[in-house]
Amino acid sequence: MVSLEDVYHTAELAKIEITEGEAEKFRKEFEKIIDYFNILDEVEEDIEPTFHVLPITNVFREDVEGECLSQEEALSNAKHKEDGHFKGPRVVE
Amino acid sequence: MRVTEWREKVETQGCYDAISEMLERIEKSKLNAYITVCRDEALKMAEKYDRGELKGRLAGIPVAVKDNISTKGILTTCASKMLSNYKPVFDAHVVERLKAEGAIIIGKANMDEFAMGTTTETSYYGVVRNPYDLDRVAGGSSGGSAAVIAADEAVLSLGSDTGGSIRCPASFCGIYGLKPTYGLVSRYGLIPYANSLEQIGPMADCIDDLALLLEVIAGKDRRDSTNSGKEFKFVPEDRKLKVGVIAEMGGNEDVMKRFSEAVEVIREKHEVEEVSMPSFKYALAAYYIIAMSEASSNLARYDGVRYGYALEKLDSWRRYFSKVRAEGFGDEVKRRIMLGSYALSAGYYGKYYLKAQKVRTLVIRDFKKAFEEFDVLISPTMPSLPFKIGELADPLTMYKADVNTVPINLAGLPALSVPIGFEKGLPVGLQVIGNYFSENTLLNFGKWLGERMQD
Repeated sequence: MVSLEDVYHTAELAKIEITEGEAEKFRKEFEKIIDYFNILDEVEEDIEPTFHVLPITNVFREDVEGECLSQEEALSNAKHKEDGHFKGPRVVE
Repeated sequence: MRVTEWREKVETQGCYDAISEMLERIEKSKLNAYITVCRDEALKMAEKYDRGELKGRLAGIPVAVKDNISTKGILTTCASKMLSNYKPVFDAHVVERLKAEGAIIIGKANMDEFAMGTTTETSYYGVVRNPYDLDRVAGGSSGGSAAVIAADEAVLSLGSDTGGSIRCPASFCGIYGLKPTYGLVSRYGLIPYANSLEQIGPMADCIDDLALLLEVIAGKDRRDSTNSGKEFKFVPEDRKLKVGVIAEMGGNEDVMKRFSEAVEVIREKHEVEEVSMPSFKYALAAYYIIAMSEASSNLARYDGVRYGYALEKLDSWRRYFSKVRAEGFGDEVKRRIMLGSYALSAGYYGKYYLKAQKVRTLVIRDFKKAFEEFDVLISPTMPSLPFKIGELADPLTMYKADVNTVPINLAGLPALSVPIGFEKGLPVGLQVIGNYFSENTLLNFGKWLGERMQD
């Protein structure tokens, strides 16, 4: 069972504003999808999980200076900027 | 159109003329396969070719690039409102390689929003239509990249494959598409959806062209820490293989009719036997849980501050982020981010995310065992013919269409879709799966089979 509260809580975690109508639509869809996911309950617990498929670990490079973006390039896609900096929303409410 | 055919065309009429003709065809096209057409730049490059100034293995060849692959100074939207005015300030590794070999980037191909979909119906820019039936989808998520090959709106194209996104549209459009071994092609500059699953891969009209493009894009790039550093070189080989038909991967009557015919053809030269992969029962659920979880983390970067869709006025961060994301993302992207957040949230991590990674171990074990006995494994690429537009409106029904393609991404293996003819006037594809870095075997087998099926 997926409740409306579950949907609102998840939307809050994901930082996506949703309307009441959307919440009910998502609730119905999530219930069906999560019900399908529950097939994994049949799988036994005692198995080592795989997070990476290839045995590549600790990829290092020399600590040398490389090319990087200019300030202008880095800011070129930002709508809000000031004095060569990104301008973000207020963090302290 | 094949590379050899394109070169003949350029030989007789010049590159500028050939590119102009293609641009005109794109202009008139009903497929909606491109989000951005690089008209001026393509013509300029064609002139350069005609002056003898464009050199390389892909010199003068028009290539379409999926719109989730970064192209410096050219819109890269991921088919999302969120990135509808985003111009990358750097090229993806694969785009650098294309340019170094003289390719002409003709346009950015339409796709599902952030590559999340099986039909390109989630694109902010509208669905890509199937070249064989305009009322049907071209497949997804690399639908544009496949349709342009089938409709001669490009000669080669790049797609990306997270759970079948190259193979599905290749199958639906009757072309060749390869999902390389995880780590063969650098993902640097590929806008991420699910990093541990996805690879960039080539799409083309024949195996020789596919191999040529793979040779160009494969290889070492230290900017992708999962890059294997391996190169690829196509070497023709002709040997008898042991071929396993995966019992758990099937299709509907239309698809199985063509598939069974292909199996009979394969049997004439190779040894064929059925093989069972019991873990596949859980693969689809595990795939979606992992993909959604990685998506929820990857797409957290879209906050309307550094790039992408932004609101006129900055607000408190909580309201600002939530509103930017509500307005910038489409429904399927919201669903996957939210379900991913759910699967990773307190109390559910062990039940969903960790369990899915355990299934991944089981899937790898099944493949390992199968490859002790078989050289390649086969199945229908898609369980049905191309869908009617609107047919897969229910999300779970759409997810289930990926059942034959997702186990390959869970294991990081290479897989190829080979066109094996038509049923009811629509293309059918056969999937060939190989062991890690066995692309050469796959391509040789695919070449033989594809040519035989066209006889």
